[in-house]
Amino acid sequence: MLAIIDYGVGNLFSLQSSFAAIGADAAITADPAAIRRADGVILPGVGAFRDAAAKLRGSGLWNVVTAEAEAGKPLLGICLGMQMLFGKSYEYGEHEGLGLISGAVRPIADVIPKTFKIPHIGWNALHLTKPSPLFANVKEGDYVYFVHSYYAADCADSVIATADYGAPLTAAVQRGNVMGCQFHPEKSGDVGLSILRAFCSLAKGAAQ
Amino acid sequence: MITKRIIPCLDVRDGRVVKGVNFEGLRDVSSPVSLAEYYSRCGADELVFYDITASAEGRRLFTDILTETARRVFIPLTVGGGINTVDDFDRVLKCGADKVSVNSGAIRNPDLVREAALRYGNQCVVLSADVKRVDGVLRVFAKGGRENTGMEAIGWIRRCVAAGAGEVVVNSIDTDGVKQGFDLEMLDAVCRAVDVPVIASGGAGKIDDFITLFQTLPRVDAGLAASIFHFGTVKISDLKEQMAAAGIPARQL
Repeated sequence: MLAIIDYGVGNLFSLQSSFAAIGADAAITADPAAIRRADGVILPGVGAFRDAAAKLRGSGLWNVVTAEAEAGKPLLGICLGMQMLFGKSYEYGEHEGLGLISGAVRPIADVIPKTFKIPHIGWNALHLTKPSPLFANVKEGDYVYFVHSYYAADCADSVIATADYGAPLTAAVQRGNVMGCQFHPEKSGDVGLSILRAFCSLAKGAAQ
Repeated sequence: MITKRIIPCLDVRDGRVVKGVNFEGLRDVSSPVSLAEYYSRCGADELVFYDITASAEGRRLFTDILTETARRVFIPLTVGGGINTVDDFDRVLKCGADKVSVNSGAIRNPDLVREAALRYGNQCVVLSADVKRVDGVLRVFAKGGRENTGMEAIGWIRRCVAAGAGEVVVNSIDTDGVKQGFDLEMLDAVCRAVDVPVIASGGAGKIDDFITLFQTLPRVDAGLAASIFHFGTVKISDLKEQMAAAGIPARQL
């Protein structure tokens, strides 16, 4: 069983449906016991970093997620959920993240040309920079769906894929059992489903 | 490189796709769920479901269909039609919509865009504007293009973007249904006025119309159409291939 963390941020229906479509059992839950029992944990998120971090703390799940990740359980952050894996975000101020991967979240405006629109929204090609089991079935140049205005910076060691938007933006990261996608695998067609399938395999493998 | 998006639009009334659909190999051609799955397989980058139901029963059917589609189709889904309040946003987002398109609702309630953007983020709010030239001036029309609001269109679109609309669908009433190409002049005016993604709608009749659109106006992000996809006049896979051949970034499956 996988646990999709429900901390009051965004709509998890599509995410749960995408796991159902690949035959995986993923429960939307805010129950610490269920999260501890799960083979893998998914940290979703949309909206503003500060609000999401506050809600995760408020839900009492901040420490649960951190502890499970540190114990070696596969964790997948998606979109803002990926950004929360980092130590710090500079989205409207300076905010503390989970600190599971070193790096910081910064505005894409810092690095992209002025003529590019913000947010970075739409289908963009993945440039695979490092082998990762998460991308076992992903090819160089495969397209995935992005919606974001901030990106993970100063994390070269953990980047496994980038997307070119006038500058290479961090598209996915991995540090051991902790993984994250800036894009939405649940909205990225068959490529996205193959990534979720790979995460399920990792979770099953870790549970055995 | 971000790709140019191709978006089929499905008008749904009482749970069925309204505009005629003419496909071989589709068991139920007027089922929005089957059609959505078909388009997703063909390489559509996004889908728009437009609810043109008036009754409460039809509205309930629409949300059922939305839920079923979101269970089976894993590309972004935008929902429009009958969106008048933030509660309407909530209703369709819970059923699996990713973005919500507002049109007459934003004209009736000027705070709707701001309120929805604050609650769900700009990326979730799509302004859909029906625009027509009246005595040489671009005007916003309401109620499915039947009623001239008297508002100048570019200023209206600019205000909505300032209030938080994250994307703009520009539907030219002048070119809609004519199938002689998109309204390049109108789209150019909108692209110059706002810095959010602009989606062109109204007028596509053939593949070349999309090529001309993206080559003439590189600031346009997506092309939306309905009947030419439904009738198979334009196959999305062919369209994507020809876009790529013309050097326009397109997502290939």
